[in-house]
Parts: sequence; C-alpha cells; structure tokens
Amino acid sequence: MAKENETILQLINVNKEFDGSVVVDNFNLDVKKGEFVTFLGPSGCGKTTTLRMIAGLEMPTSGQILLNGKDIAQLPPHKRPLNTVFQRYALFPHLDVYDNIAFGLKLKRIPYEYTDKNGNKKEKLRKYTREEIDAKISKALKIVDLEGFEMRDVATLSGGQQQRVAIARAIVNEPEILLLDEPLGALDLKMRKEMQLELKEMHKKLGITFIYVTHDQEEALTMSDRIVVIEDGIIQQIGTPMDIYNEPSNAFVADFIGESNIYVGTMIDKLKVHFLGANWDCIDDFPLNEKVDVVVRPEDIIIKKPNEGKVKAKIVNKIFKGIHFQFTAMVGNNEVLIQSTVDHPVGEEISLSIDPDLIQIMHREYTTNIYNDAYIDKNNNVVFAGATWEVDVCQLVEGSSLDEKGYLITKEGKKYDLSDLDVIATVEMKDIDISDNLEEGNITGKIIQMVWIGDHYQLVVRTEDEEDFVLETEYTWNELDTVSVIIKKENIKLKLKADLADYEI
Amino acid sequence: MKFKRKYLSIPYVLFMVLFVVVPILFIVYYAFTNKGGQFSFTNFVKFFSDSTNVNVLLISFVYAILNTIICLLIGYPIAMILANKKYNKSYVVVLLFIMPMWINFIIRTSATRDVLNWIGLSTGANSGITTMIGLVYNYLPFVILPLYSTMLKMDKSQIEASHDLGANSFQTFFKVIIPMTMPGIVSAATMVFMPTLSSYVISDILSEYNVVLFGSYIDLYFNQSDWNFGSFMALIMLMLIGISVFLTRKFSKDETGGRTSLW
Repeated sequence: MAKENETILQLINVNKEFDGSVVVDNFNLDVKKGEFVTFLGPSGCGKTTTLRMIAGLEMPTSGQILLNGKDIAQLPPHKRPLNTVFQRYALFPHLDVYDNIAFGLKLKRIPYEYTDKNGNKKEKLRKYTREEIDAKISKALKIVDLEGFEMRDVATLSGGQQQRVAIARAIVNEPEILLLDEPLGALDLKMRKEMQLELKEMHKKLGITFIYVTHDQEEALTMSDRIVVIEDGIIQQIGTPMDIYNEPSNAFVADFIGESNIYVGTMIDKLKVHFLGANWDCIDDFPLNEKVDVVVRPEDIIIKKPNEGKVKAKIVNKIFKGIHFQFTAMVGNNEVLIQSTVDHPVGEEISLSIDPDLIQIMHREYTTNIYNDAYIDKNNNVVFAGATWEVDVCQLVEGSSLDEKGYLITKEGKKYDLSDLDVIATVEMKDIDISDNLEEGNITGKIIQMVWIGDHYQLVVRTEDEEDFVLETEYTWNELDTVSVIIKKENIKLKLKADLADYEI
Repeated sequence: MKFKRKYLSIPYVLFMVLFVVVPILFIVYYAFTNKGGQFSFTNFVKFFSDSTNVNVLLISFVYAILNTIICLLIGYPIAMILANKKYNKSYVVVLLFIMPMWINFIIRTSATRDVLNWIGLSTGANSGITTMIGLVYNYLPFVILPLYSTMLKMDKSQIEASHDLGANSFQTFFKVIIPMTMPGIVSAATMVFMPTLSSYVISDILSEYNVVLFGSYIDLYFNQSDWNFGSFMALIMLMLIGISVFLTRKFSKDETGGRTSLW
C-alpha cells in the first residue's frame, strides 16, 4: 500500500478555452492517493471539462497535469492509466457484459520475465491469458454485485445494472485514478442513494483514487473526502464536506451547498454587522464599512416570542418537510427561510435570533449592479430588473451606428436586428439615481436597506419583482420609502451574451 | 355494415396480388413448362447442363461482390467524414454525394461511357474495368446514405470509452466503430449486392455487350421470346436474392439485437 498523503495528481494552472471563451480558468488542484475528490458545480461550470482533461478526452489550452509527477497533459487517453465511468454508461452495444468488461483487459500488455537460451533474464510483454481475464472479470462483477451476468446482452439490463457494468469495465483495469462523470445522473432517486453508498464502499475496498463530478450537492457531501466547488470555470472553494457546508468561502458556495439565507450586509463596527435591519454580533473580522455577504443557514435561526429576539418577523408560509417545518418569515421586506422542529401557525408574529458564530460573513463578490438576463427589445431599449431602459446599443460593436429602421450597421457594413438579443447589463452604484417623484424613473421600489458608509449612504432599492438596485447617494432617505429609479442612458454598459452572428440580416 | 379498420388494407392487398403474387406465379408457371405449355423440367436441365449459363451467374456474382466491396471501401470513409460535424458543417456536401441518384441513370451511364472514352479508357477494350467503374459510380450513393445515417445516430461516448480503456485509434476503429455501424454496413451491402446481380443496363452500355451479367442474360432470352427459359433464370435469381436477404437479416439481427438497419 502506498504512503499516506502522497500526491498522485496535480493540476497546475490548467486553462481550457473553446472558441475563445474560457471554460476552465487557471485550475490548480492536488489530489492525494486514495482520496475521494468531488468536482461540484452547476451545469456548464467546467467541472466535466476538467475531468475530461484529466482523462485525456480534451487537451488543455495551457497548464500541466502531473500524474505521479509526470506531465500527462498532452498524452492521448489510451496511454493514461486512468479510466472513466461515463454519464450515459457508454457501454458497447455489440458486446455482451463479459466482453464489455474484458475490452480493456484484452488490449493490455503486461511485462513478464523469462529466461532465454543463454540463461539471461529478459523482459517481454504479453497479453492476459483467458484464465486471468476470467478471474478478473468475475472479481469485478462481484464488486459491482452482478455475479452471473457475464453472458447477458447489455441492452437487456436496467439503467442501474448498466451503470454497474460501466463501473466494472473501468475498475477491472485497476486504474490509478477512477474518473466518474455524473455516473448516477440517469438513475432514479432511490437507486441513486443506494449507488452512492455502494460507490463509497467500493472506494474504501479498492483503495484507488476517485475523482467524481456531480451537480448534486447532497451527493457530494455524502460521498467525498474533499469537495472542489466550481463556478464559471473558477474554483470557488476546496474543502471537506464539513468545511464547505459550515464555512462557505463566498455567497455562491453558500447558496449552492444546502439552503441558505443570503443578505447584503455592512460592517458597522468591529465584529458587528448590519443586515435585516438590525446590528448583529459576529465572529468574522472585516474592515469597517465594508459591504459583505451575510449567510445564515435556515436551521441556525431561532424562533422566539415577539420582543425576545433581535428582529421582529411574521411567518408567511409553512411547509412540512418530514423531520422539520420550513417557514418563510418576513423581516421588513426581506424573506427569511427558517427550519424548525416546532410548529408555528402562518401569520404568527415572532422574533428571530441567531448565534454570533452561526452568522457567516464573506467578501462581497461585486460592487457593481450586474443584470445577467437583460435583453434588447424591438425599440433598441434594454430590458432588465423588470423595466425598460433607454440605452446606447452601438456600444456593443465598436464603430457601429443605427440606420433609420433601427438596425445596427457595423463599420464593415454588416446589418443586425438586435431585438431579443441577450445581453449582460451593468450599472455602477454611483450611476443610479433615485427620486421620490414616482413618475420620474422607469421603475419603483422600496428602500429596503440604507447604510451610512463614511461619507455616503449605500442603499438597496428592491422592486416588487425582488430585483435589487444597489446605489450610492449623499442624500438621506428613509428605509421603506418608495422611490423611482433613474439610470442615465450612457451609464448602462452592455456586454454580449449570445453570438451576434445569429442576429445578422 | 360496420366499417372495420382492416378494410383499409384492401387496396394494398389487391395491389400486392396483382403486381407481386400473380407475376411470381406467372414466372413459376413459365419456368416449369415448355413452349407448348406442358409441365416439364426442360429449363432446369437446360440451365445446368450448359456451363455458359452457370458461368454467367458466377461472373455476375464476382461483379456484385467486387462492386459491394469497392463501394464499401470508398463509401465508408466518405460517410464517416460526412457524419463528422467537425469536417462537415452543412448538409450541402451530403447532398452533393446523393444528387447523382436524382439524375436518370441511363443518361448518367451514357455520360459515364463518353467520359471514360474521352479520357482514353475505351469501353470496348477495357470493358471489365469500365463496367466496374460504372457500377461503383452508380451504387456509391446507396452505400453512403445508410452508412451516413447509422453514423449520425452513433454515440460519440462509446468511441471515447474505447480510447479511455486503452484502445488506440486503429483498435477503436475495428473494435468499436465498425461493429457499431454494422447495421449500416449490412444495409449498404444489401442495397448494392442484390441490384448489381440483376442490373444489365450499366454493363450493356459500359462494356459494349462484352460483359454479360445475369440480368442482361435474362433480358436476352425474353427478347428472343424464350419466356420459359428466361422465367426459369428469373426464378433462380429470385431464390438467390431471397437467400441473401434471409442471411443478411439474420446477420444484422445477431449484431444488434433487433432491426435497426435502414432496409
């Protein structure tokens, strides 16, 4: 058995671009021998691409992949001592179970020593014998609990059984690392839970390193020694399941792993944070007046009688979840998700308290308002946050102009119909104005939060559709005031989200 | 009278009886009668006693087998390239390969003859080669189409799995890609082999009657009003085709566990 804590796989500054867009961004990771590492993230985050680069099915644009210290980044997949369990099994339909599992074994050449006629010991390569293959296959089938299935046609197997064959086909080659690409994705819930435990058991028994890709946070928490949370091709956090759950490093991780309440807060004093309209003691030290993300797990919020807790709240919704109730309470305009084993009626006035060490405070990701699902309407205005805004669409292509029909004409003379084009709109906090003349702006909202930051206020205006505008202003407003939001045409920055070529006419 | 669904089949049954069953009965009738209309085995004896007849059949087989093999060898890589999105971004190229099928094939074959003569391959002197070229040219689309559609449906992950399990590109091709496209190969082979046996226009035009395939041999006897012997040979061909269909169906079923081929 290998030494504990020996690094088997190292990814160093691995990048991957597809047609100029970055899918995996500067990925660095060390995997220890025998570890169960999970890549966790939403679909399209680059986790599968990373796994495929380790398997050799994609080549990294740059960076190194070291296996036992040797760079394998440019090695073709068949030369890597790794095997993959594919998401949709990828069994060979023309072969039966035995031949599917034997596929890799039949190709393998193993060295053996022999003595030539001069009495010298020499090394040669040979194939596995039929008996060796038989023995290995029945052992693999035993591990995946499919004894006696050798002669079955793979088309006659159920999804779960096919998955087991796929696992057997991979582990029979005794790979140094087993790569699993959402292997349980196609199974039903009950089957999935069973297989999770079995895979974990298999990992223990086999002692080989597992790298597992999933978008299911529960699966990741259940099975892994370490989880790598990925979003937009960037590692957000690496840690044990406990670390990731209890100490998420940012709002994305907190939101993705388990259910959480996330608020924009401000540090108002040493170890004091302002959110939900109150000042809370906390244990994370951040600079004064810094804007932070505050995360509180629903099970960490304590429901108290009115006046006994920190903030007043009212229960507006209740769902029975089996072992606990899940309440939605309103604190002012903010929703709070609470889990409790004690039943409370909807409509009850309560108050909430949270232990200081259960308030997670983290760096706020951005200080600009970003609207990811903005689009251009047929009048060349941009629509986001529930309102239509005048905007300069010519900024999308340098040197372009609009013709009299409203089509965008580029320098090269190409013509685009921008209606329904998806864009990302960003507006700096200082570029948003508000007015108490509700007719003046494009949309109205309530000031749900107002924090004095040194020389100005930072306000959060929330519309009825729960869209937020975070803005800076020198003037004093009152929380819960209804205001209208004004953004000047030139202050809305647009970025293309889709390929403009599809809109050419 | 109540309308039943099965009445819908009446037109088809009539059509089948009129154009399939009755003609076959006619062929059987003529095959086993003599010119006087009496039952006899004279055609049977005549066919097998003259080695020319059997030779024509054997030559037809050789041409059909060669044509099938050459078409598959040329068509398989083309279908692979066409089915690969990396190389073929539009369906226009597929269309280019299929389009010859839309042109009347007698005109097409005559044009082939002229082109071959023009480049110096005389149809009279090299009739074997020119016939082969004509056959391959005419039947290539029938190979590409079924192969192309099988390859389009093929899941790329099996190829990746094969690489992952240690197979290089060469091994993957023979151990995974070929077996997985077997239904397409069987369809393609069927589409070429059987029609080649009975084709005669191509060989007639491109060999100036030097190459006589079984189809033109049958045609010859019918033209000479020997319907009985012609029918007997047609019956032999019918049986041969029947046997080959039976064999290919059994073969393709074994490979895929069901009928997934095009024909």
